[in-house]
Amino acid sequence: MDKITHVVEEQPLNFLKEFTAARIAIGATGNSIPTRQSLEFKLAHAHARDAVYSIMDTERLEDELAQFHRPVLQLHSMADNRARYLQRPDLGRKPNQESLNRLADQITGDDIVIVIADGLSAIALNQHIMALLQVLIPKLLAAGLKVGPLCLVQQGRVAIGDDIAHELQAKLSVVLIGERPGLSAADSMGAYLTYQPRPGLKDNSRNCISNIRPGGLGIATAADKIFYLVQESFRRKLSGVQLKDNQGLLGS
Amino acid sequence: MPYQHTILGKVYRFDNLRILLARASPFRTGDALAGLTAESYEERVAAQITLANVPLKVFLTEAVIPYEEDEVTRLIIDNHDAAGFDLISHLTVGELRNWLLKHETGTQVLKTIADALTPEMVAAVSKIMRNQDLIAVAKKCSVVTRFRNTIGLKGHFATRLQPNHPTDDPRGIAASLIEGLLYGSGDAVIGINPATDSPSAVYKILTLIDNLRQQFDIPTQSCVLSHVTTTLDLVNKNAPVDLCFQSVAGTQKANTGFGISLGLLQEAYEATLSLNRGTVGQNVMYFETGQGSALSADAHHGVDQQTCEARAYAVAKKFKPLLVNSVVGFIGPEYLYDGKQIIRAALEDHFCAKLLGLPMGMDICYTNHAEADQDDMDNLLTLLGVAGCSFMMGIPGSDDIMLNYQSTSFHDALYLRKALGLKPAPEFEQWLIKQGIFDEQGNRAATAAAGLLKNTGNLWIK
Repeated sequence: MDKITHVVEEQPLNFLKEFTAARIAIGATGNSIPTRQSLEFKLAHAHARDAVYSIMDTERLEDELAQFHRPVLQLHSMADNRARYLQRPDLGRKPNQESLNRLADQITGDDIVIVIADGLSAIALNQHIMALLQVLIPKLLAAGLKVGPLCLVQQGRVAIGDDIAHELQAKLSVVLIGERPGLSAADSMGAYLTYQPRPGLKDNSRNCISNIRPGGLGIATAADKIFYLVQESFRRKLSGVQLKDNQGLLGS
Repeated sequence: MPYQHTILGKVYRFDNLRILLARASPFRTGDALAGLTAESYEERVAAQITLANVPLKVFLTEAVIPYEEDEVTRLIIDNHDAAGFDLISHLTVGELRNWLLKHETGTQVLKTIADALTPEMVAAVSKIMRNQDLIAVAKKCSVVTRFRNTIGLKGHFATRLQPNHPTDDPRGIAASLIEGLLYGSGDAVIGINPATDSPSAVYKILTLIDNLRQQFDIPTQSCVLSHVTTTLDLVNKNAPVDLCFQSVAGTQKANTGFGISLGLLQEAYEATLSLNRGTVGQNVMYFETGQGSALSADAHHGVDQQTCEARAYAVAKKFKPLLVNSVVGFIGPEYLYDGKQIIRAALEDHFCAKLLGLPMGMDICYTNHAEADQDDMDNLLTLLGVAGCSFMMGIPGSDDIMLNYQSTSFHDALYLRKALGLKPAPEFEQWLIKQGIFDEQGNRAATAAAGLLKNTGNLWIK
């Protein structure tokens, strides 16, 4: 028998790859996905899985956040660990008792509280949060807004910002949180803005900016969008579905 | 009415049928989230033993959600086939399981009781069945539907070609679509989830697929999975709507959350039917469901997620759909935690729907925060293939770049057909052979791409 050649077929559809990021023209060996492409998929999934189980680098972040000259609060949700967090979204939305005690010690009544939560990808925060805040916080301060404590939350979901901001009697919350990893990117942050945050609000009272990461919605653009929404929210005294993007800023 | 059972001197009491069903459910995180699961392994089996002894007749008088409060309950009770029920009215849930598994209980008799069983009866019996029972009985059910081709024939297995694109870019959609066709995908439907629900965007995609379908005379149907109100609007503007899609759930309140009612679905059904676009049949509806949807809408009324799911099949059935599938693992680990729970739920959903007479397929899928991977999907798709599942999804490399979850690939369908000797829908298979995409043995031809690509040039103009 002759030596085996051309193990994987040619890809006449390669030219279609220009039009989509979908996994097309990956070829076939028999009916199956060829080895290289099969392992590429597994690697992408591995990155996503690692992101879900990644841990917020709280000590380093606390050190670095000191540059903004406001209190940094280390908080934790009622979900003790990741398995619990994944199974009980309700627990991820509530601060635990120790966190509540910590919040009670704070001076309250600032305009904005910034909540930094791990969500489903702590590495998103570990990698991109400082860059974002270095653009965003100076903008907020320059606009004359009072920015309250910076809250680092472990095992947190978006709605935990409502309880935290309510405890701190802040007028508005910005929750920056790791998004559910996809196969194409595992390091996306989401920003959720809520006017007059308080426990029990639903998602329709928030505005969301998604896919914040280099290669997605860039850091500077994201900071601009958040800043625009914050200003509009204060001006119109609301957030959520009624707060639309009037400048086309949120369209892209 | 209370139910009880004693095990080793311990009395297990269940206040009503709703609670009994929940406690008897195999464990899943969604029921735990709702606070409905049994507290111990023993309690779960005690509930299953108790449930096995409940006469089927009880299900007609004890509604899990009151008749007065819920239009899905009213639909179930009002459409119950009392004459057909005669055959099995003396059985308990446990006896129903035994009867379903008997050799003598064949395809024909199962058809005659499809309207005599209520979703709750079917959910109940599924809870005391093992996975192999769910497969064995589903395999005996036959549900055949038609539009431009025939779905659900024995020995056939269809796929929904799902060429989604994050911005609905027509060329991006077309690229995945062409690739899918060249892998023999798309006999169930060419079905696109639009990134936005804007009528103009949906219209554009509908026209794109319809032109392609007509150009190559493909015996299949298309669907853009927008909200039913958007589709209704487009039907009234005479857009090329083959199938009308909607997600449905098993309680009125959950359906309200989806922005639908039975009345609205009826209106959409009649409107779509009036276009008269089917060639071999007039099944014009496509529904998706999934365990956990009622709970996530805070609309489950204390009913376990699998029973809620089975009730959604009553909604789907009313409108004689061409296709129904559960999107089993899409909802996330707080409802179905891992591969084991996803696989169990999918087999339950497929069994319940088939027994109730629905053309059931499955979106065999998971998200990146679930404890599951492609190996679990391989297991599940093989099991469902054996069970006679009507169709599954075909997505480039099983990676949906718009909805950000993993489902099944074009390759997966080819694997399954080869492993189990299954063929595409007959009309579609003939087309594949005529186009030179498949050979007579059902293998992909080496030169598959040539003919189709030659004639799609204008799709790629920038």
